[in-house]
Amino acid sequence: MDILNALVVLTNFVLIPGLAYGSQIALGALGITLIYSILRFAHFAHGDVMAFGTAFVILGTWGLQAAGISFGPLPTALLALPLGIAVIILYLLLADRLVYRFYRRVKAKPMIFVMASLGVMFVTNGLTRLLMGPGERRFDDGQRFLVSAREFREWTGLAEGLALRSSQVITVVVALIAMGVLFWFLNRTKSGKSMRAYSDNEDLALLSGINPDRVVWITWAIAGTLMVLAGTLYGLDKSFRPFTYFMLLLPFFAAAIVGGLGSPVGAIVGGYVVAFAEMGITYAWRRVFSHLLPADWMPAGLMQALPVDYKFAVTFGILVVVLIFRPTGIFRGKTL
Amino acid sequence: MSINIRNIALFSAMGLALVMTGMFQSWPLALTILNMALISAVMALGVNMQWGYAGIFNVGIMGFTAIGGLAAVLIAMPPVGDAWAAGMAGSLEPWRAGIAGVVLGLMIGVAAILGAITIYQRMAPGKMRGLAITMVLFVGYLLASFVYGPATTAITRVNPATEGFLGGLGLPVILSWPVGALMAAGLAFVVGRVALGLRSDYLAIATLGISEIVIAVLKFESWLTRGVNNVSGIPRAVPRPVELQTRDWVQALAEQVGMGHAEMARVVELVSYAILFSIVLGLLIWLSEKALNSPWGRMMRAIRDNETAARAMGKDVSRRHLMVFILGSATCGLAGAMMVTLDGQLTPGSYEPLRFTFLMWVMVIVGGSGNNWGAVLGAFVIWFLWVQAEPLGRWLMDVLTSGLGADSGLRQHLMTQAAHTRLIMMGAALLLMLRFAPRGLIPER
Repeated sequence: MDILNALVVLTNFVLIPGLAYGSQIALGALGITLIYSILRFAHFAHGDVMAFGTAFVILGTWGLQAAGISFGPLPTALLALPLGIAVIILYLLLADRLVYRFYRRVKAKPMIFVMASLGVMFVTNGLTRLLMGPGERRFDDGQRFLVSAREFREWTGLAEGLALRSSQVITVVVALIAMGVLFWFLNRTKSGKSMRAYSDNEDLALLSGINPDRVVWITWAIAGTLMVLAGTLYGLDKSFRPFTYFMLLLPFFAAAIVGGLGSPVGAIVGGYVVAFAEMGITYAWRRVFSHLLPADWMPAGLMQALPVDYKFAVTFGILVVVLIFRPTGIFRGKTL
Repeated sequence: MSINIRNIALFSAMGLALVMTGMFQSWPLALTILNMALISAVMALGVNMQWGYAGIFNVGIMGFTAIGGLAAVLIAMPPVGDAWAAGMAGSLEPWRAGIAGVVLGLMIGVAAILGAITIYQRMAPGKMRGLAITMVLFVGYLLASFVYGPATTAITRVNPATEGFLGGLGLPVILSWPVGALMAAGLAFVVGRVALGLRSDYLAIATLGISEIVIAVLKFESWLTRGVNNVSGIPRAVPRPVELQTRDWVQALAEQVGMGHAEMARVVELVSYAILFSIVLGLLIWLSEKALNSPWGRMMRAIRDNETAARAMGKDVSRRHLMVFILGSATCGLAGAMMVTLDGQLTPGSYEPLRFTFLMWVMVIVGGSGNNWGAVLGAFVIWFLWVQAEPLGRWLMDVLTSGLGADSGLRQHLMTQAAHTRLIMMGAALLLMLRFAPRGLIPER
């Protein structure tokens, strides 16, 4: 019985939140990895564009709520997703036309692209704050819990409860669907294949008649969709705040690099690695072990390796270890 | 010669803008802008050393600035005697009470890490090596937290409302400027050894991560910095306006100019800081110009422009990179200490990457990377815009939304958020310069 209770605590506080958080990071890291392999630069505006798209999803949600439209037990934000995605794709294509295309034409160094993305980052950040203000916003509605801790305790008779929030389930389901569609697109469709060809060898792809502009547009469209999905899911699961979204840049990049930059599978695996490491190292394990160890064996502390405030240190630690021991990442991405 | 006249004109225009601010808005505001611009200029020089001379892409400037700020606290704050021996009277043994516990705990931690590195280098690869490293790190972690945890908890319990930290050494605050530079240099050495071998994208992410970790340490290691409670009342480098106000010469000067005593005292204080900062900035520009035009500077630029060729010429690229990374970061640390000296307080929560890292990059790009004068001018222009963008943004929003009517909800929302237009302006400035004048206001010679 005790092992069961320990497992329930672990699932409730580490496994489920980690799975949801990992899915959000994986979606963001997929965008980073795609932009890196097609456009060949580190997209620093990722977090801010994500926040901008989520801002439109929130506005759409408010509009729908005002019109009295709801999505039953599901959050209304899911209905507003297409609006956010459409706006962000247009915004990214505009940014590409006004900013990045020029540098692509003159074959600028990757660092110049990064600088340009810093400029886009500033502008987008300003737009988001102009639209939503810098404060925290919650926009989840619908049914909050699929299984609440109290219900779980009543069903199973265990001492510990297991809560399953609907936002967590939605996150995982939506992320899985998005990943599935993305892999189908990359591996089965002509456009997806042309993208992979362009990523592998630009010159050869151009010679075989692939339209580079089209590949770039499709990349932005996919990356934009992934960004809005990641941003909305993160906002539903936690909350929306422009600064938090900006800071997600670090786990995104860590996940993409840990998995192997340029490898979509790597980005997903990297996302879960980063999420579970952050959760596992900053979680206070005392409650799990209180079910496993006899009372007089229990140490006094919280059994927490690092305070939650240092979760960036964990992300960074993984990044450093990977960079030193396996610079190409788990899935042998491109060497930088 | 023509380029010199152009530069002088640019700097004069900047000076004129500041004078206009003083005349039409207020002199304390103009001087506040000037002081922060001087500090930003020091920081921009540091960024310019790394990017302009050597092409190192560091997005962790905030971390080095913050650690310099920490130096101001550690040097200037009076020591908190009780905290140094915290827990001694209670249950803790002398070796894990107060500062002894902190130092011992940190030493054990460092020893464990060094031990793990030694094992990695000495032992043959295999399962045994992995096991040994894990064991050393795990035992080291347990030992370190056994000593460090109670000590820090005891320290934070000493008079928590006003103290709850170790305090500093109680030395003059100016001394923290070189110390801040040294501390930033130490951090840069460690970071550089790990991350400089990587290509620029990785280095960018690595430095971004490091700077976040530094801020996290400042925020949450409250035995060192009081954390989110902030350290205020750091001893001043020049007398406070309240004291200055009572001096005869300040009063006489105020009457001569026709200014209030209080305002004059504030002006005198700000001018004194401006003089101190100008001396530091002047010295740094002189040193940087000397370095840039020396064989060393030519070597650095050669490495930046073609690493392979420079390596083929027998230059030790990684050592040079490490050196210039340390120098640039130390300059940022110096600026960080200067800034905390000016503010008189350390507020770890106020360090935001947008303001302390990316704005510095805008300054260097707009001013002209690779040129020290360009970086300085960029710092002045961008800081001036950053401060003045707020009224400007409000005015712009007012004009843009004037058609909506005074009680329109959208207009009211946009007016309250108008300050954020400064971010859009900064981004636009960066993008426009990068596109149309990528060499900046004062291009590299």
